[in-house]
Amino acid sequence: MTPSRAAFAAILAKDLRSELRTLQSLPAMALFSVTTFVIFRFGLDRTSLSGSLAAGVLWATLLFAAVLGINRLFVAEREEGGFDAIRLAPIDRSVLFGAKVAALIVYLAALELVAVPIFAIFFLDDAAGLGPLVAVLLLADLGLAATGTLISSMAVNSRARDLLVPLILLPLAVPLMIAATGATEPLLALGGPSYHRFGTWLMVLGLYDLIFGLVGYAVFDFLLED
Amino acid sequence: MLLPLGAPALPLDEAGKYVAGAYVVFVVLLVVYVAIMAAKLQRIERELREVAAIAEERSDPQAAPGRGSEAPLASRGSGGGGTDV
Amino acid sequence: MYGKGLKPLSIATVAMLAASLSLVFFYAPLDGDQGFIQKIFYIHVPLAMTALVGFIIGGIFAIAHLRTDNRKWDAYSYVAIHISVIFGVAVLITGAIWAKASWGHWWVWDEPTLVSFLIVFLMYATYYPFRYAIEDRDRQARYASVFAITAGAFVPLNFMAVRMAQSLVHPRVFATSNGGLPSEMLLTFLCCLAAMALLWVTLVKFELTAKSASGQVKRLRRALDAPAPGGSSRIAPEVS
Repeated sequence: MTPSRAAFAAILAKDLRSELRTLQSLPAMALFSVTTFVIFRFGLDRTSLSGSLAAGVLWATLLFAAVLGINRLFVAEREEGGFDAIRLAPIDRSVLFGAKVAALIVYLAALELVAVPIFAIFFLDDAAGLGPLVAVLLLADLGLAATGTLISSMAVNSRARDLLVPLILLPLAVPLMIAATGATEPLLALGGPSYHRFGTWLMVLGLYDLIFGLVGYAVFDFLLED
Repeated sequence: MLLPLGAPALPLDEAGKYVAGAYVVFVVLLVVYVAIMAAKLQRIERELREVAAIAEERSDPQAAPGRGSEAPLASRGSGGGGTDV
Repeated sequence: MYGKGLKPLSIATVAMLAASLSLVFFYAPLDGDQGFIQKIFYIHVPLAMTALVGFIIGGIFAIAHLRTDNRKWDAYSYVAIHISVIFGVAVLITGAIWAKASWGHWWVWDEPTLVSFLIVFLMYATYYPFRYAIEDRDRQARYASVFAITAGAFVPLNFMAVRMAQSLVHPRVFATSNGGLPSEMLLTFLCCLAAMALLWVTLVKFELTAKSASGQVKRLRRALDAPAPGGSSRIAPEVS
């Protein structure tokens, strides 16, 4: 029986390698984010954003880009037959869950590395709130990765997978959005960042991550048996 | 009575309509559900009739055809004991 | 035998509903702030609470399905969620009626419980297309159970998050201005809650009985070698 940690590292490396190799989704998703920012600029008729509007535009864009990108990752995996190979391997399937979540976090972090600075350049007057924003981004990424992995693992074998993942993932992500925007809104406030309920919202994000991480870890086994 | 800001307290006849509406919605949904289940029950009854006729035909092939059943026995293509038991 | 006990259960439900509704209109006092409109709460909130518990019960049945690999639990889970979704429709419509009567709009974002419920409803509404999209019945049952568990975990988390998102300016409407319900209202409310809970259980049992009867007919047909011409549902699990 392969030790879990070695298996985890191997799958993670494989996922990251395949993503780097294909280089499909990431630039496309970054481009999508930037274009969405432009649409918001015209849709809201604003050239500068702060507070709740800034938080809303940023998180809505990140969420939609994530949902679109998550699908791509799993579709590529399935088409390459990756699922079948892993199913045959004598490892704990929950390790696979952990590896996929980790790969997705890296993917989302890379996306944000491009999208958030551009957002700041487009809309923010002062970037002081961006530092603490990193903590929010990381926790949110973890939650999105856990639920995203869970839902797309189920949807990838279905007929309408392109529609199913956004359809199911978006309501599921609402509490995450609430907490993320709740924490971000005071950070991007007009007069400079404030930390009103910052700790509370981070805890909510942490709770979300914990609950869905555990759920995913517990049920992932059942998703791969055939 | 001086109402505080934001207190809705509509006059009784108006408020009554809304309350009645809410309870009506509840009853209607319940009855619609019963109606759907009634349709299912009808289908089960029909199928049971068919199946009973098939069973009777199998156990007693010489019995008079079309005995109180809706199943189209003739269409089963059995000319004189075609179905072997 | 799913139909066993259905008759006494339905009688108990009817009795409880009749008693509760009588209490609502003949016993419970009139609310000082909302007046007669407050009576909507006696049907709206019990429906909501029952639906939410129903969703979580659906998740618990799903756990049982995954652990025992017995398909009957998948059927239970499906029916529990199905009935709760129907209750959910009633919750949202009665909630909208209450909003219109109270605030003049058919929808308000101020009431956190209603908003949370909408999100939960949207989540469970995807249960049907999700099941439909998976053709293999075995896999469909398994994945549906995973969905039910995930969504069940989602319900309390969602309520907490939405509650926290509300600004503290708007008072929560359910607790009346005097803080807490007077005892007559509480009694009436509890009776209504019991009635809705009984109704939920009755409807779930009713639905399972009907499914079971269908299943037995199919079984008969198979034994007699006379398969049915019509197609069966692609998403509703069968009970035999």
